[in-house]
Amino acid sequence: MEVSFHFLWEFEFKKVKTILNDEKGMDKMAFNHSEKLINQIYDVSFKADVLVIGGGPAGAWAALSAKKNGATVILVDKGYCGTSGATAPSGNGVWYIPPDKEKREEAMRSREALGGFLSERKWMKRVLEQTYESVNQLAEWGYPFPVDENGVVHKRSLQGPEYMRLMRRKLVKSKVKILDHSPALELLYDSNGVAGAAGVNTQTGETWSVQASSIVIASGGCAFLSKALGCNVLTGDGYLLASEAGAEFSGMEFSNAYAITPKFSSITKTAFYQWASFTYEDGTIIEGAGSHKGRSIIAKTLQKGKKVFAQLDKAKDNPELQKWMRIAQPNFFLQFDRMGINPFEDRFEVTLRLEGTVRGTGGIRIIDETCATSVPGLFAAGDATTRELICGGFTGGGSYNAAWAISSGYWSGEAAAKYALSFNRNNLDRTLSRKQVIGINEQRTSHNGLDANEVIRHVQAEVMPFDINLFRTEEKLSSSLQRLHSIWHEAKTSLKENKGNIVRVREAAAMLATSRWMYTAALERKETRGMHKRLDFPKIDENQQHRLITSGLDEIKVTADTHNFQTV
Amino acid sequence: MIQVLLEERCVKCNLCVNICPTNVFEKRKGEVPVISRQDDCQTCYMCELYCPVDALYVAPNADEAVEISEQELLTTGLVGSYRTNMGWQKGQKPVAAQDPAYKFYLPSGV
Repeated sequence: MEVSFHFLWEFEFKKVKTILNDEKGMDKMAFNHSEKLINQIYDVSFKADVLVIGGGPAGAWAALSAKKNGATVILVDKGYCGTSGATAPSGNGVWYIPPDKEKREEAMRSREALGGFLSERKWMKRVLEQTYESVNQLAEWGYPFPVDENGVVHKRSLQGPEYMRLMRRKLVKSKVKILDHSPALELLYDSNGVAGAAGVNTQTGETWSVQASSIVIASGGCAFLSKALGCNVLTGDGYLLASEAGAEFSGMEFSNAYAITPKFSSITKTAFYQWASFTYEDGTIIEGAGSHKGRSIIAKTLQKGKKVFAQLDKAKDNPELQKWMRIAQPNFFLQFDRMGINPFEDRFEVTLRLEGTVRGTGGIRIIDETCATSVPGLFAAGDATTRELICGGFTGGGSYNAAWAISSGYWSGEAAAKYALSFNRNNLDRTLSRKQVIGINEQRTSHNGLDANEVIRHVQAEVMPFDINLFRTEEKLSSSLQRLHSIWHEAKTSLKENKGNIVRVREAAAMLATSRWMYTAALERKETRGMHKRLDFPKIDENQQHRLITSGLDEIKVTADTHNFQTV
Repeated sequence: MIQVLLEERCVKCNLCVNICPTNVFEKRKGEVPVISRQDDCQTCYMCELYCPVDALYVAPNADEAVEISEQELLTTGLVGSYRTNMGWQKGQKPVAAQDPAYKFYLPSGV
């Protein structure tokens, strides 16, 4: 049976190859990529010391840092390095604090209670130091930081498009090879462990492989295709890759960030809502509703089926402030200008979009200061990793994530280069092999495959509702988790490529896995801490001041990481 | 969502095809590119920002396509407004150099 199947496949492959050569149209996408990946047939193959997966700020810093340490580097991005991810389309604050003892002390102290005392001073200190150094470097590279009337340069804010365009230029100049539109779909292995990745190019339809001695996963968090700004490429892909290699997660219960946005819009930028008042449809004020502390009240109002309106009326009589706001975040106003709304004068309907782990703090667990995962040769950086080290269980602001991306990118790139150059891999058996993974496996089922979009809709129905994910209870979490587990067990064998949608298939698998790690951890934390709210355990419990480590794909395990934090 | 590609302005540089993070556009031989996967658009406005000739318009509606006629659009003055506001038009300086965030909403560096 196997032989005849293989023969048939060879035949089909040749046929499709001909189509590929003849027509440069949509037909090329119709080819079954998973068959090629399973048989390790790669249209293009590359080699480098270090492979970086993801081209947002963390990946870009990692690649530059690896290069600086003497490694050859390939960076692959699912979209386009320079525009992909949550940073590129946004205005970003950065946790940039000059080396003033008191200011840094205050910067660290102010975060600790919010994060439920799961952060560590040791990590905060080194992130503040590294961010300071690297952001100064950005100025040297030509980022146009504003200079005030006294000649002081201000470096606490980065405009995403400008920042990421500059980072791409630096990468190109440093001779980092960038593969755009090249989602990594699976990791590859050799006799020494992780040894590269394979994927497809979504524009040429070609399969690719990269052989590398170490890997940095910097593919961002997971926002479940909610259309939060820049987040639709952030589907937890790197989590899935890491988990398949055996890595663990930490803080996956801190995964229920929601951002305010005008109902029609994708602009999940919330800084300016500090000047907003929130009202019911009839114009009466919603007591306690707000951007910082009152987001739950907005959620509760929406949950009751009532509409919520906002108006930036507190900046209404301040034309100077309005002018500044426009310059600071141009796309915040773009949305209103195009709808004919004056946000200072008019009320507009708002909603909350899920940002999941992107503005949550959970992610791949790192085990030491080099940002190594528990898998040798596999490093991780940015939103793909846990940010509990500096934020505990709550971020609420992009500036910590920005600082973490810069710092963890820098450290992981350096360490990945050193790891890659520490031994001569050519002395080993470098034959690349693969694992059977969900969505790309040889198991065939007689019935029709499970559709990726169907799986995604199921997952969204479990992670988006406030009454499951935001206001958590044992009852809702466990029934939701049960449904997600049963989809996983079906998907394991029957989720497969259909009409060239292998990328969507793996995204669906990644989001499904992510939702299960989230809710497994959320069930285990029987208290309210950081952004994790349990209605059935509404208080913080001092006996649970530890992180939760989650691992596994089919069977998910949670353990408490009870090492002593150096919190103060 | 990406809504309009003004064919008469397009110079077929295909920059939008290259830089779109969700691969919404499709390159065509000798012709202007087309918006072929509108549903995949995440309304991030990056294509508009990169388009050197203001030939693209992203409607602010993230969840649904909203029809707008080219003629109507051209009277609004909104085409290319993001690029202008960011200081990315030819001859402009990036507005990042005037970013006043430090003055008012990031006073303590958070």
